[in-house]
Amino acid sequence: MAHTHSSPTCLRFEDLTLGYGPHPAVHGLSGTVQHGDLLAIIGPNGSGKSTLLKGIVGSLSPMAGTCVHTDGCRVAYLPQQADIDKSFPATVFDLVKLGLWPKRGLLGRMTRSDRESIAKALAAVGLDRFEKRTIDTLSGGQLQRALFARVLLQDADLILLDEPFNAIDTKTVDDLVRVIEQWHAENRSVIAVMHDLDLVRDHFPQTMLLSREPIAWGPTDEVLQADNLLKARRFHAAWDDDAPWCADHDHTHAHDHGQAA
Amino acid sequence: MDFHAFLVAPFADYAFMQRALLGGLLIAVSAGPIGVFLMLRRMSLTGDAMAHAILPGAALGFLIFGLDLIPMTLGGLIAGALVAAGAGLVARLTVQKEDAAMAAFYLISLALGVMIVSLRGSSVDLMHVLFGSVLALTQESLLMIAGIAAVSLTTLAIIWRALVAECLDPGFLRSVSGWGPVVHFAFLALVVLNLVAGFQALGTLLSVGLMILPAAAARFWVRRVLSLCLLAIGIGAGSVLIGLLISFHAAIASGPAVILAAGAVYFASLLIAPRGLVRVHLPSKRHKVA
Repeated sequence: MAHTHSSPTCLRFEDLTLGYGPHPAVHGLSGTVQHGDLLAIIGPNGSGKSTLLKGIVGSLSPMAGTCVHTDGCRVAYLPQQADIDKSFPATVFDLVKLGLWPKRGLLGRMTRSDRESIAKALAAVGLDRFEKRTIDTLSGGQLQRALFARVLLQDADLILLDEPFNAIDTKTVDDLVRVIEQWHAENRSVIAVMHDLDLVRDHFPQTMLLSREPIAWGPTDEVLQADNLLKARRFHAAWDDDAPWCADHDHTHAHDHGQAA
Repeated sequence: MDFHAFLVAPFADYAFMQRALLGGLLIAVSAGPIGVFLMLRRMSLTGDAMAHAILPGAALGFLIFGLDLIPMTLGGLIAGALVAAGAGLVARLTVQKEDAAMAAFYLISLALGVMIVSLRGSSVDLMHVLFGSVLALTQESLLMIAGIAAVSLTTLAIIWRALVAECLDPGFLRSVSGWGPVVHFAFLALVVLNLVAGFQALGTLLSVGLMILPAAAARFWVRRVLSLCLLAIGIGAGSVLIGLLISFHAAIASGPAVILAAGAVYFASLLIAPRGLVRVHLPSKRHKVA
Protein backbone atom coordinates (compact mmCIF):
# COMPACT_ATOMS: atom_id res chain seq x y z
CA MET A 1 0.00 0.00 0.00
CA ALA A 2 1.39 3.39 -0.93
CA HIS A 3 1.28 5.95 1.83
CA THR A 4 1.17 9.57 0.81
CA HIS A 5 1.70 12.38 3.25
CA SER A 6 1.51 16.13 2.97
CA SER A 7 4.65 16.66 5.02
CA PRO A 8 7.83 14.62 4.65
CA THR A 9 8.43 14.68 8.42
CA CYS A 10 6.96 11.86 10.45
CA LEU A 11 8.48 12.52 13.85
CA ARG A 12 10.26 15.50 15.35
CA PHE A 13 12.34 15.64 18.54
CA GLU A 14 13.18 18.99 20.03
CA ASP A 15 15.68 18.91 22.86
CA LEU A 16 13.84 15.84 24.11
CA THR A 17 14.77 14.62 27.59
CA LEU A 18 13.18 11.48 29.00
CA GLY A 19 13.94 9.68 32.23
CA TYR A 20 12.97 8.42 35.63
CA GLY A 21 12.83 10.64 38.72
CA PRO A 22 15.40 13.45 38.31
CA HIS A 23 17.71 11.30 36.15
CA PRO A 24 17.55 11.53 32.38
CA ALA A 25 17.86 8.34 30.34
CA VAL A 26 17.71 10.21 27.04
CA HIS A 27 19.13 13.71 27.17
CA GLY A 28 18.81 16.62 24.78
CA LEU A 29 17.81 14.78 21.60
CA SER A 30 16.86 16.87 18.56
CA GLY A 31 16.17 15.84 15.00
CA THR A 32 13.54 14.51 12.64
CA VAL A 33 12.49 11.18 11.22
CA GLN A 34 11.09 11.34 7.69
CA HIS A 35 8.31 9.21 6.28
CA GLY A 36 9.79 6.01 4.93
CA ASP A 37 12.95 6.18 7.04
CA LEU A 38 14.39 2.90 8.23
CA LEU A 39 16.30 3.82 11.35
CA ALA A 40 18.31 1.61 13.71
CA ILE A 41 18.91 2.81 17.25
CA ILE A 42 22.07 1.36 18.74
CA GLY A 43 24.00 1.93 21.94
CA PRO A 44 25.13 0.11 25.07
CA ASN A 45 22.69 -1.33 27.63
CA GLY A 46 21.07 1.39 29.68
CA SER A 47 21.77 4.06 27.07
CA GLY A 48 18.13 5.09 26.70
CA LYS A 49 17.08 3.19 23.57
CA SER A 50 13.94 1.60 24.99
CA THR A 51 13.17 4.77 26.91
CA LEU A 52 13.21 6.72 23.66
CA LEU A 53 10.67 4.33 22.11
CA LYS A 54 8.45 4.70 25.20
CA GLY A 55 8.68 8.44 24.78
CA ILE A 56 7.63 8.17 21.14
CA VAL A 57 4.58 6.00 21.91
CA GLY A 58 3.72 8.37 24.73
CA SER A 59 3.81 5.93 27.64
CA LEU A 60 6.52 8.15 29.15
CA SER A 61 6.12 11.92 29.23
CA PRO A 62 9.11 14.14 28.45
CA MET A 63 10.94 15.76 31.38
CA ALA A 64 11.85 18.54 28.98
CA GLY A 65 11.60 19.25 25.27
CA THR A 66 9.06 17.70 22.94
CA CYS A 67 8.46 14.69 20.77
CA VAL A 68 5.68 15.11 18.23
CA HIS A 69 4.48 12.97 15.38
CA THR A 70 2.42 14.35 12.55
CA ASP A 71 -1.36 14.32 12.87
CA GLY A 72 -3.07 11.08 11.98
CA CYS A 73 0.18 9.13 12.10
CA ARG A 74 -0.67 5.61 13.23
CA VAL A 75 1.95 4.09 15.50
CA ALA A 76 2.59 0.40 16.12
CA TYR A 77 4.87 -0.53 19.01
CA LEU A 78 6.43 -3.91 19.72
CA PRO A 79 8.08 -3.71 23.15
CA GLN A 80 11.15 -5.69 24.20
CA GLN A 81 9.10 -7.87 26.49
CA ALA A 82 5.48 -7.82 25.40
CA ASP A 83 3.42 -8.38 28.55
CA ILE A 84 1.49 -11.22 26.97
CA ASP A 85 -0.19 -13.67 29.31
CA LYS A 86 0.80 -16.92 27.62
CA SER A 87 -1.50 -18.93 29.87
CA PHE A 88 -4.55 -17.08 28.56
CA PRO A 89 -6.59 -19.49 26.40
CA ALA A 90 -5.99 -17.79 23.07
CA THR A 91 -4.89 -19.09 19.68
CA VAL A 92 -2.34 -17.53 17.35
CA PHE A 93 -5.33 -16.27 15.37
CA ASP A 94 -6.77 -14.52 18.45
CA LEU A 95 -3.43 -12.89 19.23
CA VAL A 96 -2.83 -11.65 15.70
CA LYS A 97 -6.47 -10.51 15.43
CA LEU A 98 -5.75 -7.86 18.08
CA GLY A 99 -3.88 -6.03 15.32
CA LEU A 100 -7.24 -5.14 13.77
CA TRP A 101 -8.00 -2.89 16.73
CA PRO A 102 -7.06 0.40 14.99
CA LYS A 103 -9.42 -0.56 12.17
CA ARG A 104 -12.30 -2.23 14.00
CA GLY A 105 -12.10 -0.83 17.53
CA LEU A 106 -14.32 -2.15 20.32
CA LEU A 107 -17.46 -3.06 18.42
CA GLY A 108 -16.65 -3.11 14.69
CA ARG A 109 -17.53 -6.39 13.02
CA MET A 110 -14.80 -8.56 11.65
CA THR A 111 -15.36 -9.10 7.94
CA ARG A 112 -14.30 -11.85 5.61
CA SER A 113 -11.59 -9.58 4.20
CA ASP A 114 -10.28 -9.18 7.77
CA ARG A 115 -9.94 -12.96 8.00
CA GLU A 116 -8.11 -12.95 4.71
CA SER A 117 -5.72 -10.25 5.84
CA ILE A 118 -5.02 -12.23 9.03
CA ALA A 119 -4.24 -15.30 6.93
CA LYS A 120 -2.03 -13.19 4.67
CA ALA A 121 -0.17 -11.67 7.62
CA LEU A 122 0.45 -15.12 9.10
CA ALA A 123 1.74 -16.37 5.76
CA ALA A 124 4.02 -13.33 5.46
CA VAL A 125 5.77 -14.20 8.73
CA GLY A 126 5.95 -17.92 7.93
CA LEU A 127 3.18 -19.00 10.32
CA ASP A 128 0.63 -20.39 7.89
CA ARG A 129 -1.19 -23.37 9.42
CA PHE A 130 -0.52 -21.99 12.91
CA GLU A 131 -3.92 -20.26 13.27
CA LYS A 132 -5.34 -22.75 15.73
CA ARG A 133 -2.23 -23.29 17.81
CA THR A 134 -2.68 -22.03 21.37
CA ILE A 135 -0.15 -19.39 22.33
CA ASP A 136 1.20 -21.37 25.29
CA THR A 137 2.69 -23.86 22.80
CA LEU A 138 4.68 -21.28 20.82
CA SER A 139 8.45 -20.98 20.97
CA GLY A 140 10.06 -17.59 21.46
CA GLY A 141 10.75 -17.22 17.75
CA GLN A 142 7.24 -18.29 16.75
CA LEU A 143 5.74 -15.82 19.20
CA GLN A 144 7.88 -13.06 17.74
CA ARG A 145 6.70 -14.03 14.24
CA ALA A 146 3.09 -13.83 15.45
CA LEU A 147 3.72 -10.40 16.95
CA PHE A 148 5.19 -9.21 13.64
CA ALA A 149 2.02 -10.46 11.94
CA ARG A 150 0.02 -8.38 14.41
CA VAL A 151 2.08 -5.29 13.58
CA LEU A 152 1.44 -6.04 9.87
CA LEU A 153 -2.31 -5.93 10.52
CA GLN A 154 -2.05 -2.64 12.40
CA ASP A 155 -1.21 -1.01 9.09
CA ALA A 156 0.78 1.68 10.89
CA ASP A 157 2.69 4.63 9.43
CA LEU A 158 5.35 4.50 12.14
CA ILE A 159 6.55 1.14 13.43
CA LEU A 160 8.64 0.89 16.60
CA LEU A 161 10.48 -2.36 17.32
CA ASP A 162 12.41 -2.80 20.58
CA GLU A 163 15.19 -5.38 20.14
CA PRO A 164 13.04 -7.50 17.83
CA PHE A 165 15.75 -10.12 17.26
CA ASN A 166 16.72 -11.00 20.81
CA ALA A 167 17.22 -14.75 21.20
CA ILE A 168 15.87 -15.38 17.70
CA ASP A 169 17.49 -17.86 15.31
CA THR A 170 19.00 -16.74 11.99
CA LYS A 171 16.23 -18.24 9.84
CA THR A 172 13.61 -16.27 11.77
CA VAL A 173 15.75 -13.12 11.67
CA ASP A 174 16.04 -13.46 7.88
CA ASP A 175 12.27 -13.86 7.50
CA LEU A 176 11.45 -10.95 9.78
CA VAL A 177 14.07 -8.66 8.21
CA ARG A 178 12.30 -9.30 4.94
CA VAL A 179 9.05 -8.10 6.54
CA ILE A 180 10.82 -4.94 7.75
CA GLU A 181 12.20 -4.29 4.26
CA GLN A 182 8.69 -4.70 2.86
CA TRP A 183 7.47 -2.03 5.30
CA HIS A 184 10.34 0.18 4.15
CA ALA A 185 9.33 -0.38 0.52
CA GLU A 186 5.77 0.66 1.41
CA ASN A 187 7.13 4.00 2.66
CA ARG A 188 6.32 3.26 6.29
CA SER A 189 8.78 4.59 8.87
CA VAL A 190 10.47 1.92 10.95
CA ILE A 191 12.57 2.56 14.06
CA ALA A 192 14.23 -0.51 15.54
CA VAL A 193 16.46 -0.87 18.58
CA MET A 194 19.27 -3.17 17.47
CA HIS A 195 22.39 -4.81 18.86
CA ASP A 196 23.69 -6.76 15.87
CA LEU A 197 25.80 -4.22 13.97
CA ASP A 198 26.14 -6.51 10.92
CA LEU A 199 22.37 -6.56 10.55
CA VAL A 200 22.31 -2.80 10.93
CA ARG A 201 24.99 -2.35 8.24
CA ASP A 202 23.21 -4.68 5.84
CA HIS A 203 19.63 -3.51 6.22
CA PHE A 204 19.29 -0.11 7.90
CA PRO A 205 20.14 3.01 5.84
CA GLN A 206 19.95 5.30 8.92
CA THR A 207 21.38 4.78 12.39
CA MET A 208 21.25 6.68 15.67
CA LEU A 209 23.98 5.95 18.20
CA LEU A 210 22.73 6.78 21.67
CA SER A 211 24.38 6.83 25.06
CA ARG A 212 22.00 9.04 26.98
CA GLU A 213 23.11 11.89 24.71
CA PRO A 214 22.91 11.26 20.97
CA ILE A 215 26.48 10.55 19.84
CA ALA A 216 25.75 10.34 16.14
CA TRP A 217 22.68 10.17 13.91
CA GLY A 218 22.81 9.87 10.14
CA PRO A 219 23.69 7.46 7.33
CA THR A 220 24.70 4.14 8.86
CA ASP A 221 28.24 4.09 7.35
CA GLU A 222 29.07 7.45 8.89
CA VAL A 223 27.59 6.64 12.29
CA LEU A 224 29.34 3.26 12.64
CA GLN A 225 32.81 4.85 12.65
CA ALA A 226 35.36 3.62 15.17
CA ASP A 227 35.57 6.91 17.07
CA ASN A 228 31.80 7.06 17.55
CA LEU A 229 31.65 3.47 18.75
CA LEU A 230 34.50 4.13 21.15
CA LYS A 231 32.66 7.11 22.61
CA ALA A 232 29.59 4.97 23.16
CA ARG A 233 31.69 2.24 24.75
CA ARG A 234 33.02 4.67 27.37
CA PHE A 235 29.47 5.48 28.43
CA HIS A 236 28.66 4.73 32.04
CA ALA A 237 24.99 4.09 32.69
CA ALA A 238 24.99 4.57 36.46
CA TRP A 239 23.05 7.50 37.82
CA ASP A 240 25.03 10.10 39.67
CA ASP A 241 23.17 11.58 42.62
CA ASP A 242 25.75 14.33 42.90
CA ALA A 243 25.39 15.35 39.27
CA PRO A 244 24.72 19.06 38.91
CA TRP A 245 21.32 20.28 37.72
CA CYS A 246 21.23 20.65 33.98
CA ALA A 247 20.97 24.22 32.70
CA ASP A 248 22.62 24.05 29.32
CA HIS A 249 19.63 24.70 27.12
CA ASP A 250 17.56 27.84 27.06
CA HIS A 251 13.96 26.78 26.73
CA THR A 252 11.05 27.58 28.98
CA HIS A 253 10.64 24.15 30.57
CA ALA A 254 11.48 23.60 34.20
CA HIS A 255 15.03 22.32 34.57
CA ASP A 256 14.33 19.68 37.14
CA HIS A 257 16.39 16.85 35.76
CA GLY A 258 19.91 16.08 36.92
CA GLN A 259 22.70 15.46 34.49
CA ALA A 260 24.93 12.52 35.28
CA ALA A 261 28.55 13.40 34.84
CA MET B 1 -38.63 -42.08 46.05
CA ASP B 2 -39.61 -41.86 42.41
CA PHE B 3 -38.27 -39.48 39.82
CA HIS B 4 -41.25 -37.15 39.88
CA ALA B 5 -41.32 -36.80 43.65
CA PHE B 6 -37.60 -36.14 43.73
CA LEU B 7 -37.09 -33.80 40.83
CA VAL B 8 -40.35 -32.18 39.85
CA ALA B 9 -42.65 -32.08 42.85
CA PRO B 10 -40.60 -29.70 45.01
CA PHE B 11 -40.71 -27.06 42.30
CA ALA B 12 -44.26 -27.82 41.16
CA ASP B 13 -45.71 -27.74 44.64
CA TYR B 14 -43.88 -24.90 46.33
CA ALA B 15 -43.72 -21.33 45.06
CA PHE B 16 -40.69 -20.54 47.23
CA MET B 17 -38.81 -23.36 45.50
CA GLN B 18 -39.75 -21.98 42.09
CA ARG B 19 -38.49 -18.55 43.06
CA ALA B 20 -35.32 -20.05 44.52
CA LEU B 21 -34.69 -21.99 41.31
CA LEU B 22 -35.32 -19.02 39.05
CA GLY B 23 -33.18 -16.71 41.19
CA GLY B 24 -30.37 -19.24 41.39
CA LEU B 25 -30.39 -19.88 37.65
CA LEU B 26 -30.30 -16.16 36.90
CA ILE B 27 -27.33 -15.73 39.21
CA ALA B 28 -25.56 -18.70 37.60
CA VAL B 29 -26.06 -17.28 34.11
CA SER B 30 -24.92 -13.83 35.12
CA ALA B 31 -22.03 -14.68 37.43
CA GLY B 32 -20.51 -17.60 35.49
CA PRO B 33 -18.80 -15.53 32.75
CA ILE B 34 -17.67 -12.96 35.33
CA GLY B 35 -15.99 -15.78 37.23
CA VAL B 36 -14.27 -16.98 34.06
CA PHE B 37 -12.67 -13.59 33.51
CA LEU B 38 -11.77 -13.26 37.20
CA MET B 39 -9.99 -16.60 36.93
CA LEU B 40 -8.25 -15.77 33.65
CA ARG B 41 -7.05 -12.46 35.08
CA ARG B 42 -5.72 -14.30 38.16
CA MET B 43 -8.19 -12.36 40.27
CA SER B 44 -10.16 -15.30 41.66
CA LEU B 45 -9.47 -14.20 45.22
CA THR B 46 -10.50 -10.66 44.33
CA GLY B 47 -14.04 -12.01 44.05
CA ASP B 48 -13.81 -13.19 47.63
CA ALA B 49 -12.31 -9.90 48.79
CA MET B 50 -15.10 -7.97 47.08
CA ALA B 51 -17.69 -10.25 48.67
CA HIS B 52 -16.38 -9.16 52.06
CA ALA B 53 -16.14 -5.57 50.96
CA ILE B 54 -19.85 -5.17 50.29
CA LEU B 55 -20.70 -6.11 53.87
CA PRO B 56 -20.62 -2.68 55.58
CA GLY B 57 -22.89 -1.16 52.94
CA ALA B 58 -25.40 -3.97 53.24
CA ALA B 59 -25.10 -3.82 57.02
CA LEU B 60 -25.63 -0.07 57.12
CA GLY B 61 -28.76 -0.41 54.98
CA PHE B 62 -29.87 -3.18 57.32
CA LEU B 63 -29.14 -1.10 60.43
CA ILE B 64 -31.18 1.84 59.22
CA PHE B 65 -34.00 0.18 57.29
CA GLY B 66 -34.09 -3.34 58.68
CA LEU B 67 -34.21 -6.41 56.50
CA ASP B 68 -35.24 -4.50 53.39
CA LEU B 69 -33.83 -5.39 50.01
CA ILE B 70 -33.40 -2.03 48.30
CA PRO B 71 -31.34 -0.18 50.94
CA MET B 72 -29.21 -3.25 51.63
CA THR B 73 -28.53 -3.73 47.94
CA LEU B 74 -27.73 -0.10 47.31
CA GLY B 75 -25.50 -0.02 50.37
CA GLY B 76 -23.63 -3.10 49.24
CA LEU B 77 -23.24 -1.66 45.77
CA ILE B 78 -21.79 1.59 47.10
CA ALA B 79 -19.41 -0.12 49.53
CA GLY B 80 -18.22 -2.52 46.84
CA ALA B 81 -17.73 0.24 44.31
CA LEU B 82 -15.76 2.31 46.84
CA VAL B 83 -13.41 -0.56 47.66
CA ALA B 84 -12.93 -1.54 43.99
CA ALA B 85 -12.32 2.03 42.89
CA GLY B 86 -10.11 2.77 45.89
CA ALA B 87 -7.91 -0.29 45.35
CA GLY B 88 -7.77 0.31 41.59
CA LEU B 89 -6.75 3.95 42.05
CA VAL B 90 -4.10 3.18 44.64
CA ALA B 91 -2.65 0.58 42.25
CA ARG B 92 -2.59 3.05 39.37
CA LEU B 93 -1.32 6.08 41.27
CA THR B 94 1.23 4.57 43.66
CA VAL B 95 3.86 1.82 43.75
CA GLN B 96 1.46 -0.52 45.57
CA LYS B 97 0.06 -3.39 43.52
CA GLU B 98 -3.67 -3.93 43.28
CA ASP B 99 -3.74 -7.14 45.34
CA ALA B 100 -2.19 -5.46 48.38
CA ALA B 101 -4.39 -2.37 48.07
CA MET B 102 -7.45 -4.58 47.62
CA ALA B 103 -6.58 -6.60 50.73
CA ALA B 104 -6.14 -3.43 52.80
CA PHE B 105 -9.41 -1.91 51.62
CA TYR B 106 -11.54 -5.02 52.00
CA LEU B 107 -10.23 -5.81 55.49
CA ILE B 108 -11.12 -2.32 56.66
CA SER B 109 -14.48 -2.66 54.96
CA LEU B 110 -15.17 -6.06 56.51
CA ALA B 111 -14.31 -4.89 60.02
CA LEU B 112 -16.59 -1.88 59.55
CA GLY B 113 -19.37 -4.17 58.41
CA VAL B 114 -19.10 -6.54 61.35
CA MET B 115 -19.03 -3.57 63.72
CA ILE B 116 -22.12 -2.08 62.15
CA VAL B 117 -24.02 -5.36 62.38
CA SER B 118 -22.96 -5.78 66.00
CA LEU B 119 -24.45 -2.38 66.80
CA ARG B 120 -27.79 -3.98 66.12
CA GLY B 121 -26.99 -6.69 68.63
CA SER B 122 -28.36 -9.97 67.30
CA SER B 123 -26.09 -12.58 65.76
CA VAL B 124 -29.01 -14.07 63.85
CA ASP B 125 -29.08 -10.88 61.77
CA LEU B 126 -25.38 -11.19 61.02
CA MET B 127 -25.91 -14.77 59.91
CA HIS B 128 -28.56 -13.60 57.52
CA VAL B 129 -26.37 -10.95 55.95
CA LEU B 130 -23.43 -13.31 55.72
CA PHE B 131 -25.25 -16.36 54.43
CA GLY B 132 -28.56 -15.16 52.99
CA SER B 133 -31.41 -17.49 52.13
CA VAL B 134 -32.29 -18.52 48.63
CA LEU B 135 -35.56 -19.94 49.92
CA ALA B 136 -36.68 -16.50 51.09
CA LEU B 137 -36.41 -14.78 47.72
CA THR B 138 -39.31 -12.41 47.09
CA GLN B 139 -40.82 -11.28 43.80
CA GLU B 140 -39.05 -7.99 44.32
CA SER B 141 -35.63 -9.53 44.76
CA LEU B 142 -36.18 -11.79 41.74
CA LEU B 143 -36.86 -8.74 39.61
CA MET B 144 -33.69 -7.13 40.89
CA ILE B 145 -31.63 -10.24 40.15
CA ALA B 146 -33.09 -10.42 36.64
CA GLY B 147 -32.27 -6.75 36.07
CA ILE B 148 -28.71 -7.21 37.27
CA ALA B 149 -28.27 -10.29 35.07
CA ALA B 150 -29.47 -8.36 32.02
CA VAL B 151 -27.16 -5.41 32.74
CA SER B 152 -24.24 -7.73 33.43
CA LEU B 153 -24.57 -9.83 30.28
CA THR B 154 -25.14 -6.78 28.06
CA THR B 155 -22.15 -4.92 29.47
CA LEU B 156 -19.99 -7.99 29.12
CA ALA B 157 -20.99 -8.39 25.47
CA ILE B 158 -20.09 -4.75 24.80
CA ILE B 159 -16.70 -4.76 26.51
CA TRP B 160 -15.83 -8.36 25.51
CA ARG B 161 -13.18 -7.55 22.91
CA ALA B 162 -11.42 -5.01 25.12
CA LEU B 163 -11.63 -7.31 28.13
CA VAL B 164 -10.03 -10.17 26.20
CA ALA B 165 -7.33 -7.80 24.94
CA GLU B 166 -6.75 -6.46 28.46
CA CYS B 167 -6.28 -10.03 29.74
CA LEU B 168 -4.18 -11.26 26.84
CA ASP B 169 -1.87 -8.31 26.23
CA PRO B 170 -2.59 -5.21 28.34
CA GLY B 171 0.46 -3.39 26.99
CA PHE B 172 -0.84 -3.74 23.46
CA LEU B 173 -4.29 -2.42 24.39
CA ARG B 174 -2.59 0.56 26.03
CA SER B 175 -0.64 1.24 22.85
CA VAL B 176 -3.70 1.29 20.58
CA SER B 177 -6.47 2.69 22.78
CA GLY B 178 -7.41 4.14 26.13
CA TRP B 179 -9.89 1.36 26.88
CA GLY B 180 -7.67 -0.54 29.35
CA PRO B 181 -8.55 1.29 32.58
CA VAL B 182 -12.17 1.82 31.52
CA VAL B 183 -12.62 -1.89 30.94
CA HIS B 184 -10.87 -2.79 34.17
CA PHE B 185 -13.17 -0.63 36.28
CA ALA B 186 -16.28 -1.64 34.33
CA PHE B 187 -15.37 -5.25 34.99
CA LEU B 188 -14.86 -4.64 38.71
CA ALA B 189 -18.26 -2.94 38.74
CA LEU B 190 -19.77 -6.07 37.20
CA VAL B 191 -18.13 -8.19 39.90
CA VAL B 192 -19.69 -6.04 42.61
CA LEU B 193 -23.05 -6.02 40.84
CA ASN B 194 -23.14 -9.81 40.59
CA LEU B 195 -22.10 -10.28 44.20
CA VAL B 196 -24.89 -7.94 45.28
CA ALA B 197 -27.33 -9.90 43.11
CA GLY B 198 -26.27 -13.06 44.86
CA PHE B 199 -26.09 -11.90 48.44
CA GLN B 200 -29.84 -11.88 49.10
CA ALA B 201 -29.96 -15.50 47.97
CA LEU B 202 -26.61 -16.84 49.13
CA GLY B 203 -25.27 -14.18 51.47
CA THR B 204 -22.19 -12.05 50.99
CA LEU B 205 -19.78 -14.88 51.72
CA LEU B 206 -21.22 -17.59 49.50
CA SER B 207 -22.34 -15.52 46.52
CA VAL B 208 -18.77 -15.58 45.24
CA GLY B 209 -19.01 -19.39 45.10
CA LEU B 210 -21.36 -19.42 42.11
CA MET B 211 -18.92 -17.09 40.41
CA ILE B 212 -15.63 -18.88 40.91
CA LEU B 213 -16.33 -22.61 41.32
CA PRO B 214 -18.07 -23.18 37.95
CA ALA B 215 -15.33 -21.21 36.16
CA ALA B 216 -12.57 -23.13 37.91
CA ALA B 217 -14.27 -26.44 37.08
CA ALA B 218 -14.82 -25.48 33.43
CA ARG B 219 -11.10 -24.74 32.99
CA PHE B 220 -10.40 -28.49 33.20
CA TRP B 221 -12.72 -29.25 30.30
CA VAL B 222 -12.43 -26.62 27.58
CA ARG B 223 -9.91 -24.15 26.17
CA ARG B 224 -11.72 -21.31 24.44
CA VAL B 225 -12.94 -18.28 26.38
CA LEU B 226 -16.49 -18.47 25.04
CA SER B 227 -16.72 -22.21 25.74
CA LEU B 228 -15.45 -21.56 29.26
CA CYS B 229 -18.20 -19.00 29.84
CA LEU B 230 -20.95 -21.27 28.49
CA LEU B 231 -19.75 -24.30 30.42
CA ALA B 232 -19.42 -22.24 33.61
CA ILE B 233 -23.02 -21.13 33.18
CA GLY B 234 -24.09 -24.75 32.69
CA ILE B 235 -22.18 -25.97 35.74
CA GLY B 236 -23.55 -23.12 37.83
CA ALA B 237 -27.11 -23.84 36.73
CA GLY B 238 -26.72 -27.55 37.41
CA SER B 239 -25.31 -26.82 40.85
CA VAL B 240 -28.27 -24.59 41.68
CA LEU B 241 -30.72 -27.33 40.69
CA ILE B 242 -28.93 -30.13 42.53
CA GLY B 243 -28.17 -27.98 45.57
CA LEU B 244 -31.76 -26.88 45.95
CA LEU B 245 -33.07 -30.43 45.63
CA ILE B 246 -30.65 -31.75 48.22
CA SER B 247 -31.43 -28.85 50.50
CA PHE B 248 -35.16 -29.56 50.12
CA HIS B 249 -35.06 -33.30 50.64
CA ALA B 250 -32.40 -33.41 53.33
CA ALA B 251 -33.63 -30.23 55.05
CA ILE B 252 -30.23 -28.55 55.07
CA ALA B 253 -29.30 -24.93 54.47
CA SER B 254 -29.81 -24.05 50.80
CA GLY B 255 -26.89 -21.65 50.23
CA PRO B 256 -24.15 -24.04 51.32
CA ALA B 257 -25.90 -26.91 49.51
CA VAL B 258 -25.75 -25.03 46.19
CA ILE B 259 -22.11 -24.07 46.65
CA LEU B 260 -21.16 -27.56 47.78
CA ALA B 261 -22.84 -28.99 44.67
CA ALA B 262 -20.62 -26.68 42.60
CA GLY B 263 -17.69 -27.84 44.74
CA ALA B 264 -18.50 -31.47 43.93
CA VAL B 265 -18.50 -30.65 40.20
CA TYR B 266 -15.15 -28.93 40.70
CA PHE B 267 -13.60 -32.00 42.35
CA ALA B 268 -15.07 -34.34 39.75
CA SER B 269 -13.66 -32.14 36.96
CA LEU B 270 -10.31 -31.93 38.69
CA LEU B 271 -10.15 -35.71 38.59
CA ILE B 272 -11.71 -36.90 35.37
CA ALA B 273 -11.75 -33.96 32.92
CA PRO B 274 -9.48 -34.03 29.84
CA ARG B 275 -7.16 -31.54 31.50
CA GLY B 276 -7.68 -32.96 34.99
CA LEU B 277 -5.26 -34.83 37.24
CA VAL B 278 -5.72 -38.34 35.91
CA ARG B 279 -5.44 -37.76 32.19
CA VAL B 280 -2.65 -35.22 32.38
CA HIS B 281 -0.50 -37.49 34.53
CA LEU B 282 -1.37 -40.74 32.83
CA PRO B 283 1.76 -41.78 30.93
CA SER B 284 0.93 -41.43 27.24
CA LYS B 285 1.94 -44.42 25.17
CA ARG B 286 1.92 -42.85 21.74
CA HIS B 287 3.12 -39.68 20.13
CA LYS B 288 3.13 -38.36 16.60
CA VAL B 289 6.29 -37.72 14.63
CA ALA B 290 5.41 -34.03 14.12
